[in-house]
Amino acid sequence: MRRTALASAAILAAATMLTACGDDDDGGSSSSSGDVEIMTWWTEGGEKAGLDALIENFDKDYPDETLQSTPIAGGGGSNAKKVILQRLQTGDPPSSFQGHAGAELLDYINTGAIQDVSSLYEEEGWNDIFPPSLIEMLTYDGAIYSVPANIHRANLVWANPSVLKDNGLPTTAPASIDDWIDDMETLKQGGMEAPLAIATDWTQVQLLETVLIADLGPDAYTGLWDGSTDWASSEVTDALDDYATLMTYTNSNRGSLDWPDSSGMVAEGESAYTVMGDWVPAGYDVDNLVPNKDYIWFPVPGTDGVYDFLADSFTLPVDAPNTEGAEDWLRVVGSKAGQTAFNQAKGSIPARTDIDPSEFGVYQQSAMADFKTDTIVPSLAHGAAASIAWLDAITSAVGKFSTDPDVGTLQDDLVSAADQFASTE
Amino acid sequence: MADQANRPKRRRRMHGIATWGPGLLLISPSIVLVGIFVYGLIGQNFQLALSDKHTAIQPETFIGLDNFKDLLTEDRFQHALTNLLIYTVAFLIGTMFFGMLWAILLERGIRGEGIFRSIYLFPMAISFVSAGVVWRWLLNGAQGEEAAGLNRLFQSLGPGGLQNSWWDTPNWGMVAIAMPAMWQLSGYMMALFLAGFRSIPDELREAARMDGASEFQLYRHVLFPQLSPVALSALIIAGHMSLKVFDIIYVIARNTYQVEVPATYMWQVQTFDQAKAATIASVLLIVVAVLIVPYLVYNHRTEKNR
Repeated sequence: MRRTALASAAILAAATMLTACGDDDDGGSSSSSGDVEIMTWWTEGGEKAGLDALIENFDKDYPDETLQSTPIAGGGGSNAKKVILQRLQTGDPPSSFQGHAGAELLDYINTGAIQDVSSLYEEEGWNDIFPPSLIEMLTYDGAIYSVPANIHRANLVWANPSVLKDNGLPTTAPASIDDWIDDMETLKQGGMEAPLAIATDWTQVQLLETVLIADLGPDAYTGLWDGSTDWASSEVTDALDDYATLMTYTNSNRGSLDWPDSSGMVAEGESAYTVMGDWVPAGYDVDNLVPNKDYIWFPVPGTDGVYDFLADSFTLPVDAPNTEGAEDWLRVVGSKAGQTAFNQAKGSIPARTDIDPSEFGVYQQSAMADFKTDTIVPSLAHGAAASIAWLDAITSAVGKFSTDPDVGTLQDDLVSAADQFASTE
Repeated sequence: MADQANRPKRRRRMHGIATWGPGLLLISPSIVLVGIFVYGLIGQNFQLALSDKHTAIQPETFIGLDNFKDLLTEDRFQHALTNLLIYTVAFLIGTMFFGMLWAILLERGIRGEGIFRSIYLFPMAISFVSAGVVWRWLLNGAQGEEAAGLNRLFQSLGPGGLQNSWWDTPNWGMVAIAMPAMWQLSGYMMALFLAGFRSIPDELREAARMDGASEFQLYRHVLFPQLSPVALSALIIAGHMSLKVFDIIYVIARNTYQVEVPATYMWQVQTFDQAKAATIASVLLIVVAVLIVPYLVYNHRTEKNR
């Protein structure tokens, strides 16, 4: 069976290449070649399972069309993004490609590489089914350029309840950042070297963004990205001071770790807390940890009621081959069945609010409830809030702070990053 | 056939071409390929560096040296250059020292020289990337119970106080990350020096000994001066490799600000700011050229004089 499947896949691939060449020969006409080519960086684990589930749904709904999946391995899409760019530059775009929803797509939008898909939103009634604040976040100058497949949340604390109990601390969320710092002081007095586990530069950016949300509030935080909040203000200074204090409770070997290491430190009880997105439970599941028993979670203190979101989404490139097929793919991505199947496998939650949570895991159920009622703000560390260039400048400043902790320098760097990149937003 | 009949006449007329023509024909494929894929692309890189193509899909316009001015005045790039300088100095001192030390030891004709030579040379056979994976673990900064790699070794062997966070320390971190590179290339330096020692005629040593030179004086006044051309080549080879360092740092530390060097900086920005990436690449090329070109000129001159 497997061999026949392989053989037919090979023939299919060869056939596609031939048709693709044929297309080029008659001047690269962009009309249909029958195939829908999608590019992603989902090649392993839950991500790949989710993509396969989506493809299965597409094949079921549109049996006449052939879906060609081009996955390119590399964490965070580092390689895939380069290939996508090359193909866009040479005028050979795929039918649809993956991108983080929000500001990360700005480069594509500003250069006219991807199309408005808001007509699809009207057709499918997504404007009423996706939360209004999400729609607002996806809209640029009245147009929407992508269809989100899932929603992740970044402002979460993962904690080890037995460590907290041992130190006489409650297992409920501290009311504010200040209370949280007090708890960490207690843990430190109790002999714990690093109550807050953290990893390399980008995880520190994620901690910083949640502190900014907590201290500035969701509106002023969102204002940082559209210029209505001043990076040089004293409110930002206060938030950076809190961030600096929190960093004194973190592990000194953070530079050589990545997020699985820091979440592992919490699971092993070496640290009490870590701030990370909701892809953590998938890792804990592998270690057979039981939610609410071996680990607990709550929004970063001070950000209760705020959903710091990031989303994987699909786009429609200008001159996409087989535009109709690409739109059909986007329909599947946004559909009830597609979102259910995808997110059950990937561990995130659907962007749609009309899906029954009972078929999802423990964490996902709580997240789906929050997503309906919370204020939604864009995540910085994951490309929803600022362009890639801006994020890179901020990451560099945060990385510098890690070994040279000076709040004044950090704020200066953040202000100059905003001056340089905010204008292009 | 008709050509053959004409040949004697033509040969006389086109005497010049007949001598250099076939040679040129033979090397022309490589000239064309190198011209396009090396010098053509370098030219294109400079063109990009002089343009304002800052986002991915944007027509480019010529803006002169603005990118270079911006880059060279930028704190982050200066930090990357400082890192590179520290790394290079550490790497050069380390490899030259160990290379020379091993060469002196082996040169004295100890038993099993071949085996030792292979042992020292062997790390060079490993790619920087796979060596980096191992050193990423060896240089893990975790201490105490979580310690791994070298820190664990220090802990279990006694000098626990030697544990440190390795490359995650300001400035000195670059010295730590130069260690894997020293480990890989000291053997190569040894081979160069050993060849240098072997090319010195035995008569010179004998003469020096006859004149009553001590072993130290023999090395100081007779052997080392003879080695200086080899040492210069070794310095240039190691120096230009060090300036271009990318793989070992990227594998061990990714894009961490702490150990950022121009090459990793370039890799980081190339997806979203092509002009800036091209500018960094140009600066790197110029820095390496500053080192290499005088050497090539010097070499050319000494060969001519011979």
